[in-house]
Amino acid sequence: MNYLHDMYTFLPGIIVAVAGLLVIILEAYKKSINLIYGISVTGLVLALGFAIQSLFGETGESFTGMVAYGGVPAFGTVIVLLGALFCVIISKDYLEDKLIHFGEVYAMVLFATVGMLGLAVSNDLITLFISLETMSIALYVLAGLMHYRKEGAEAALKYFLLGAFSTGFLLYGIALIYGATGHTNLLSIAAAADGSALFLGGSALLLVGIFFKIAAVPFHMWTPDVYQGTPTTLTAFMATSAKAATFVAFILVLTRMLPESGEAGDWTNVIQVVAVITMIIGNLIALAQDNVKRMLAYSSIAHAGYLMVGLAAGTAAGYSGVLYYLFAYTLMNVGAFGVIAYYERTQALDFTEIDSYAGLGFKVPVMGVMLSIFLFSLAGIPPFVGFVGKYYVFAAAVNAGLIPLAIIGVLASAASVYYYLRVMVYLYFKDAHKEYTLKSPGTLFKATLLILAALTIYYGIEPVLPGTGLFELITSYYTA
Amino acid sequence: MEFLLNLTIYLPLLGIAAILLVRNNDEAIKWVSLAITSATFFISLPLLFGFDVANSAIPQYVTEGAAIFSGMDVKYLVGLDGLSMLLFMLTTLMGPIVVLASWTSVKKSLAGYFSMLMILQTASLGVFAALDLVVFYVFFELSLIPMYFLIGIWGGAGRIKATIKFFIYTLVGSLLMLVALLYLGYAAGAASGTVTFTSDWRFIAGPEFTLGLVEQTWLFLAFALAFCIKVPLFPFHTWLPYAHTEAPTAGSVVLAAIMLKLGTYGLIRVVLPAFPNAFMEFAPWMAVLSVIGIIYGALVAMVQKDVKKLVAYSSVSHMGFVVLGIFALNTVAMQGAIIQMINHGLATGALFLIVGMIYDRRHTRMISDFGGIAKQMPVFAVVFMIATLASIGLPGLNGFIGEFLILNGTFFSELYSNKAYAILAATGVILAAVYMLWMYQRVMFGPITHEENKKLVDLNGREIGLLVPLVIFMVWIGVRPLDFTQYSEEWVEHYISSSEEKSQTVLLNTNMDEIPDWTARMYKVEEAQEAVPFYAEQ
Repeated sequence: MNYLHDMYTFLPGIIVAVAGLLVIILEAYKKSINLIYGISVTGLVLALGFAIQSLFGETGESFTGMVAYGGVPAFGTVIVLLGALFCVIISKDYLEDKLIHFGEVYAMVLFATVGMLGLAVSNDLITLFISLETMSIALYVLAGLMHYRKEGAEAALKYFLLGAFSTGFLLYGIALIYGATGHTNLLSIAAAADGSALFLGGSALLLVGIFFKIAAVPFHMWTPDVYQGTPTTLTAFMATSAKAATFVAFILVLTRMLPESGEAGDWTNVIQVVAVITMIIGNLIALAQDNVKRMLAYSSIAHAGYLMVGLAAGTAAGYSGVLYYLFAYTLMNVGAFGVIAYYERTQALDFTEIDSYAGLGFKVPVMGVMLSIFLFSLAGIPPFVGFVGKYYVFAAAVNAGLIPLAIIGVLASAASVYYYLRVMVYLYFKDAHKEYTLKSPGTLFKATLLILAALTIYYGIEPVLPGTGLFELITSYYTA
Repeated sequence: MEFLLNLTIYLPLLGIAAILLVRNNDEAIKWVSLAITSATFFISLPLLFGFDVANSAIPQYVTEGAAIFSGMDVKYLVGLDGLSMLLFMLTTLMGPIVVLASWTSVKKSLAGYFSMLMILQTASLGVFAALDLVVFYVFFELSLIPMYFLIGIWGGAGRIKATIKFFIYTLVGSLLMLVALLYLGYAAGAASGTVTFTSDWRFIAGPEFTLGLVEQTWLFLAFALAFCIKVPLFPFHTWLPYAHTEAPTAGSVVLAAIMLKLGTYGLIRVVLPAFPNAFMEFAPWMAVLSVIGIIYGALVAMVQKDVKKLVAYSSVSHMGFVVLGIFALNTVAMQGAIIQMINHGLATGALFLIVGMIYDRRHTRMISDFGGIAKQMPVFAVVFMIATLASIGLPGLNGFIGEFLILNGTFFSELYSNKAYAILAATGVILAAVYMLWMYQRVMFGPITHEENKKLVDLNGREIGLLVPLVIFMVWIGVRPLDFTQYSEEWVEHYISSSEEKSQTVLLNTNMDEIPDWTARMYKVEEAQEAVPFYAEQ
């Protein structure tokens, strides 16, 4: 009975894992790619349904304290699944057009999702480590999907080597923490933490591992190359679900293992410094990019910086803001990558140079408008969801007295506006170099992006609409 | 009436759906846009007629939504009061006019163009109606997006540089304002005692909420920077000539008539009642910048070869008057500033329309390409003359009323304590006459030096029709100013006296030992213990 209950608390993960196994078996015996696609989507939808329902359910720990469920982990689960679902749906057309439409891709995406779901619910360093590895190994494979291209091979190799390196840090950190406290459970560690050099060193190494995965400066070097070489819809998956999962794990580590009040020491100063350099470096380098995918890679680094502003605040409002921002970021970033994937589908793979976007906005108006919406949202311009996310994060920072941090954050995001606008300059303000026609995006592909665009606008104005808002739901996890 | 206000704000936005329905038929797009903006104007009329002038300090037609969640008092809150009423009406009036002005001059992607104009209309109306500062901020920012595309897609040759400069310049200011706004919201929440955050303007502007001197100083700087960039006040004006010159006619008109007002409006709406001490302490500095802007704008306008650039620089000069009037902080000057916002919208809007009309005919705006066209275009010459004279401030036309009130109030302003401001600013009026009349003379009179000018045709019915309302109001305000100034009178008196009271309360409650030395020196807190600075009411 108890065991069943434990399984139930991790039901979304189990559903996705079963779907992944089914996909592998089907791929081996019955090569019906549409069936595989259908199973993947169904699995993710089912899992998402359960995850959404658990948003309002009880909270607690299961698997003898290895897993936390309900509340923040549940919200993390929802974000990860949303990202995965949208990416899988838009992947089909893209992968077909690029001739890399294999059943294994879906298996890998599903297994990576299982890893992310584990990360989002980890209440124990062992869970955290195993989930992180499950996710990473699947993502290494996805990065190398186009291994015959120079960029693809580079992406896979770089991601794998640097990823393995960072895992070393993470594992070493876990070992030191275990040595210092004798525990791997987050809450037990917090109780046993003594502020010794061993413990602090372990925590620092653990954070290095996490910083690597969220692409915080100076551990960001892999991001642009990996993002560029990975098939675009899967880049979206990496940039949103993987980042969201790691951030949720980060929040769990910070709130459960390293609470400010505890003996573990105050890590917000470290996070502040990393946040500042991440925002500045990410945005500055993004300004110089001529490739849209690389630009979005650096922009995703910069967004990790904004997210860390919320973490640095170290308050309930700050963590809630980060969770909301992850949700917002998932919507708008999958959308932006989706439109880029569409342009890439209709042209060659290197159709991501900004110069080739000249005059593109008028070709298929709905796509151009949607890309503009997603980019304005990423830039944090109201009334889109990106603004609401930034608002909550920076409000938390201001309330926590981190006004200089908030000022650096808004100035950095003012600089970021330049490179987002630059895409629109090419889309709309420049004339096309040559005549070419774009093929129609396909109903499902277009509908998915339209839903994302609608959500981007809806959640931009949702706070002032009547009824319980999403942010209110998130904050209730911290006040309850 | 509450519903009517919301309908007025959102009708243009909803109208986009209608525009998209007929997106393949260019004629239909224009007529639909005209219908939407005209309907918006007519719907807004009952708001004006039903407005309770005697209680203009109190927001009317208020729609109040629920707070986003308990403790976080950010809510949808719109309404109109004496400060916003006329500006709101100016915006709805300009709607059909800019649509008509774009009738033949815009040829590319009409559905997109008119959709952008509609978003811009909703955003501008929203800014003037918003009474929650976060809602205000959202509309304030939203207005950037359509203007960015209007300049970038339908603008002139240098449009890309101009539009990016405009966007980023404005955004840097308003993002710093956002941080300040967050701080202000938490401070107000703490003062209210019931919530942790509030951005309800009625509370922040009210007497219960006061801020310490240090906080006021920093918040003032952040807010004033954002608004002064928008105005634009010297030395933050450098984006304006580019944006105006490269924008399509309708873009320039909206920019001049409405968007520049968002800055001066914000100074009165937010900065005065929220940071009264800093407002008064910085007033002389702001006056210096305003006077520099007035004279500098006029001098630069004088040497322009391009008519549109000349009008753009004249905006810098005229908006300097408005800021000067605001910071004089007495009823006369403040009333002048508010009516001058309307005047500038009418006169400069008309001038940009006129420049657009002549550009459509000749595809040049260089003064030297014209000359002697008064004979070819008599009606045009008359309207142009009226707009020019209104802009200069000829008695009997609207510009005179605003400038007279501002100069009068500035002259007696206790805050400026120096007559030089008024005297120097008055030279701006003279300079305005010089550059405007000289330009008019070179364009309209003299011999025809270019063959093309002989073929110019006079204004058609559409062009006359869109200028006539503007001319009517220029004369009406000039002859019967009280019809218009009555709307803001009560508001201005109430908020000037309440802000003065508030500032004295803050000074009385400030303990010299609790604030840094620079603040004490700046606000002269030491003396304040014996003699409270007395800001005489005018």
